[in-house]
Amino acid sequence: MRAILRTIGELSITLGVVLLLFCAYLLWGTSAYTERHQRILQRQLVAEQADKPLGKVELGGAVALIRIPRLGASYKYAIVEGVEDEHLRQGPGHYPGSAQPGEIGNFVVSGHRTTYAAPFNRIDELKKGDPIVVDAREARYTYEVTGTKIVEPTEVDVIEPVPGHPGKKADKAVITLSTCHPEYSARQRLIVFGSLTKTEERDVI
Amino acid sequence: MYAFVWRHLPGNLAAKLVGTLLLLVLAGLFLWYGLFPWLEPRIALDEVTVG
Repeated sequence: MRAILRTIGELSITLGVVLLLFCAYLLWGTSAYTERHQRILQRQLVAEQADKPLGKVELGGAVALIRIPRLGASYKYAIVEGVEDEHLRQGPGHYPGSAQPGEIGNFVVSGHRTTYAAPFNRIDELKKGDPIVVDAREARYTYEVTGTKIVEPTEVDVIEPVPGHPGKKADKAVITLSTCHPEYSARQRLIVFGSLTKTEERDVI
Repeated sequence: MYAFVWRHLPGNLAAKLVGTLLLLVLAGLFLWYGLFPWLEPRIALDEVTVG
């Protein structure tokens, strides 16, 4: 009896330690993976600067650099093409088929909230008028936040060319960021909307 | 359980301590690079897309 109880106790303590270690892995282990891939993607963007839009980027390729000054001067992530798990682990992902940066339509980007370096951890702090800067290969596009919304995971109309109006033809360039909500949960999605206010051509180095 | 492992570690006290450390490191490596990366995508902790 005593031996059984002791074994159960030891197993419980072991399980507790393993769970703690798993939390550490979620916070730091996954971030290390993202940071490694971010270095590769950001190098790719620098190496491929061009004077005209590249058009569609292949899955897994770097689309643009996103900067959000509200979240800190050093806040910058390379957006990767694709929103499958393998892409989102590398950084914020661009929905294939949604508009390109600066293009008329909806430029949709999703990013992790709590794991894999958590690029969109603090996008709930964005306020109306906050700039979201997208450095594409050919130009710098500045969007301004127009609003935020919490939706169910099934509400796909937020990623339509005109968010909220399925089937409507777009006449404006907008951006939509999505991440999970509340933090550490898959229950809902936090959405940030913005619209293009400024386009600056880039000097090719 | 751990007493059983301790009894079966070879050598004197120092050797047993080294053996313990080795086993801990091995277990840690297995969890960090084996089990956790396998497990993480299977729990929907951070789903970010719609649709």
